[in-house]
Amino acid sequence: MAIGKDDVLHVAELARLEIPEGEVEGVQGQLGAILEAVGKVSELDLSDVEPMTHPLDLVNVWAEDETAPSLTQEEALANAPDAHDGSFRVPAVGG
Amino acid sequence: MSAAIDTLRLTAEDASGLLERGEASGDELAGAYIEAIAARDPELHAYLHVVGERGEGVPIAHKDVITTKGIPTTAGSKILVGYTPQFDSTVAARCKAAGLPIIGKTNLDEFAMGSSTENSAFGPTKNPWDPERVPGGSSGGSAAAVAGGLAPWALGTDTGGSVKQPAALCGVVGLRPTYGTVSRYGIVAFASSLDQVGPLTKTVRDNARLYALIAGRDPADSTTVELPEPVAIPESEDLKGLRIGVPREMNEAEGIDPGVSESVNAAIRLAEELGAEVEETSLPRSVDYGLACYYLVAPAEASSNLARYDGVRYGHRAEADELTALYSRTRWEGFGAEPKRRILLGTYALSAGYYDAYYGQAQKVRTVIAREHAAVFERFDLIVSPTSPTVAFRIGEKAENPLAMYLSDLLTIPANMAGLPGLSIPCGLSEGLPVGLQLIGPQFSENTLFRAGHALERAIGFDYVPERLRA
Amino acid sequence: MPEWEPIIGLEIHVQLKTRTKMFCRCENVWGEEPNTRTCPVCLAHPGTLPVPNRKAIEWTVKLGLALDCEIASRALFHRKNYFYPDLPKGYQISQYDVPLASGGRFLVPGPDGDREIGIVRAHLEEDAAKTVHVGGAGGRIHGADYSLVDFNRGGTPLVEIVTQPDVRSGEEARSFLTLLRQTVVELGISDAEMEKGSLRCDANVSVREVGEPGYRTKTELKNMNSFKFVADAIAAEIERQIGAYEAGDEVVQQTLHFDPQKGTIQALRSKEEAHDYRYFPEPDLVAVEPPPEMVDAARAEIGELPAARIRRLEAEVGFDLSYDLVASGRDELYARVPGDDRRAVANVLMNQLAAAGVDAAAVDGDELGKLIEARERIPRQAFLDAVAASGDADFAAERYLGESVVADASELDPVIDAILAANPGQVEAYRGGKEGLLGFFVGQVMKETQGKADARVVNERLREKLSV
Repeated sequence: MAIGKDDVLHVAELARLEIPEGEVEGVQGQLGAILEAVGKVSELDLSDVEPMTHPLDLVNVWAEDETAPSLTQEEALANAPDAHDGSFRVPAVGG
Repeated sequence: MSAAIDTLRLTAEDASGLLERGEASGDELAGAYIEAIAARDPELHAYLHVVGERGEGVPIAHKDVITTKGIPTTAGSKILVGYTPQFDSTVAARCKAAGLPIIGKTNLDEFAMGSSTENSAFGPTKNPWDPERVPGGSSGGSAAAVAGGLAPWALGTDTGGSVKQPAALCGVVGLRPTYGTVSRYGIVAFASSLDQVGPLTKTVRDNARLYALIAGRDPADSTTVELPEPVAIPESEDLKGLRIGVPREMNEAEGIDPGVSESVNAAIRLAEELGAEVEETSLPRSVDYGLACYYLVAPAEASSNLARYDGVRYGHRAEADELTALYSRTRWEGFGAEPKRRILLGTYALSAGYYDAYYGQAQKVRTVIAREHAAVFERFDLIVSPTSPTVAFRIGEKAENPLAMYLSDLLTIPANMAGLPGLSIPCGLSEGLPVGLQLIGPQFSENTLFRAGHALERAIGFDYVPERLRA
Repeated sequence: MPEWEPIIGLEIHVQLKTRTKMFCRCENVWGEEPNTRTCPVCLAHPGTLPVPNRKAIEWTVKLGLALDCEIASRALFHRKNYFYPDLPKGYQISQYDVPLASGGRFLVPGPDGDREIGIVRAHLEEDAAKTVHVGGAGGRIHGADYSLVDFNRGGTPLVEIVTQPDVRSGEEARSFLTLLRQTVVELGISDAEMEKGSLRCDANVSVREVGEPGYRTKTELKNMNSFKFVADAIAAEIERQIGAYEAGDEVVQQTLHFDPQKGTIQALRSKEEAHDYRYFPEPDLVAVEPPPEMVDAARAEIGELPAARIRRLEAEVGFDLSYDLVASGRDELYARVPGDDRRAVANVLMNQLAAAGVDAAAVDGDELGKLIEARERIPRQAFLDAVAASGDADFAAERYLGESVVADASELDPVIDAILAANPGQVEAYRGGKEGLLGFFVGQVMKETQGKADARVVNERLREKLSV
């Protein structure tokens, strides 16, 4: 099942991946081929089957409300590509 | 003198013995691996980053998705160049607590996505058996390090087969544990409901010892459990009383090399001689639908797990003066082709209008696979098959064809979808290259896997030192 | 002209005041230096995993029960995927189709009876970080040059409450929020202050003709940071929509910001794409099946709800005072203050006590009761001073009862006569029908006696003298 170019671009936007114009077709072809292969799952009638979200039947795993040490401001910013005034800086969202 | 230490042959158990008996110091042992790396890694490229820690215990190598405090962790990707973690993953911390010095961080397919280590942003790793061939993936670096005498043991991660398959292609032992028995805290996430850390070793006994060291519930990972029983280091060399199933769909699947089948069948006959009851069985839909199921679930989870790589808090950042462009360019530049492909695929599978048919349906297929396996395990203690349909293929042979590459996981994927443990042990050679035998058991059956694997290993007598490297 | 019915649904976020964040154990605290309460988990470093805060789950169950909801036997966390700098993982861990609580109701009493506002759900999620936009026009979101992100707040537990579209006016919304806030504060789970962001409210607004089936297009109002703004914004939007329909125009689905300075509604200028959040169950977390012990313990901690208390007190002090007492939480003190004149007690609590900023919980009810009972016998200023001090640890009414008011007419008459003599014009006006001037004369007498005159006696003597 092929995937349309519009769908590819829409998905790319959702995923925040800027596909260069010349590469869109190539991506489209590859995705289409893979989607065709994985589409096989729809051959099975599984209306009575529950989805498996976890291999184990665990429930109620949680922690007590007790503080643990945090990173210092310096540590928190240590890997930051752009830090400013104790904060992480990013360009503004454009119009 | 480290010249006396033959790192190609030395098992972790041997190394432990040397240290205990004072025949070698921790320094000498660690030094031996550094020397071996200097000699052979320029060719093999198993390591991305050599650390060379000295210590009292048996040195270990970690796949570069395993977070190590203060040591760069790249996940094989340009998007994490420059990232130095401020914490240890739980498995790294447990190894550290056991006194195991870190030799280095090994190469991998980027974000653990791949079956050949050709998807690394930093160049492929070569198979020590034949440097023109892949070591398998995604834990190719760890497998090659062990096989090539550059580490006595190593940790990798397995999502669709990424420990078992490279173990098979490199002629070493690889365990993919029961989901939930080893902490994922600090493991750079690919597919959360599938990722597991697994040991790569020269012998089954080494594998059991390393598993015992890292396994067990972690409060930092809500999906972990305590082991129901302690790990038993295998001793027995027979398989009396063991019921082994041979699923025809796994053993007769299209695309399995005749040489691989031959080797695996010989091992199965050997199992019978050792006292096991061997019988054919069936997994009608698990193999047929396993790949499709995996290539929906895993990319979907990955598309979400990889959303955090946006240039804001760490890693690569592209030039941009507007936010959306910052994200889109950073991610297009930083990720390689395979992660991008899977992110797009996964995003699509989760998107409005497609969720039910794709991700939703795939999660139901998982239940079907789990039930099929559970039914088989009512009659059998283990099932066996080849680990990989082929021996190690040439570098570049499948790199341009994603679908062909995905087929490498055909036999490792089904059990993974059900959260089941699997052990790959080398069972012979085909065209001079190692063949792996895959043993799969029900949840928490690692001790049975180790027992069977060890007995077969002894009986088979496979020489894990690559022929071309033997003295 | 058709009759219009406003249809309003509210979405409220309550920030829980647990000690630690929702999925990591960083301190949950407001007002610290940026990025000093973070860790690899809430910074979404590679490989980190969430671990839920049990207290947050308990408190969500408690709030759900207070809202008369069904507590789920099995609830899941889901990932809500989208990109924004304040969302470090690129997804928010929230709840989707199996929330912890659902199908409840909250009663909002009014003078003519109770309004029942349906509660669709109450679910648990993590808060985003704080983003400050810098540059452009005075730091506002449009035309900003860059943004600074502080992750201290990121990961704080939030309960999101969604109501049915049962609210019918801005005032009703305000009343709902007021009583909801009081409930939340009394449950001890949040400070719920809109100004600090620990209580947030968005509104979905549409209108339809009375009797019309179905709903028309709704708009979303955001960025309202006080109950008054909520009421005003909703009222303004209702008016705008009615105006549009009556002029033959359409109402377009959009997100609107209310500008409190101008009192106007503005559409967000930035591109508002329809979000595809691609919800799927959070694979890093397991299901929550609230144990019966947890639910029972939570239920036992819920006191009498505001609606019931308002109805109970209404008989004693009337609706308005009853509402105010409960909405402010001062009904707790009210119950502790003895005295036959209940309205007087209520009035003092809502007026003088409130104005003096006294902490009701700290007041000794018996002492205050004595004071209120004596309120007309002591000078006014003394009474006000006493009320202001009633929250002190060692407050004793007796200390203020010493000074009596001057009630002796023989003492007051000369003062009154002097005032009347000094204001002949007003006297004539009063006798000519302006009876409101009585207050002027009373005031003058009080001023002359430095507040020590007994007001009742003054009134009596003035009336007598003026009626001649």
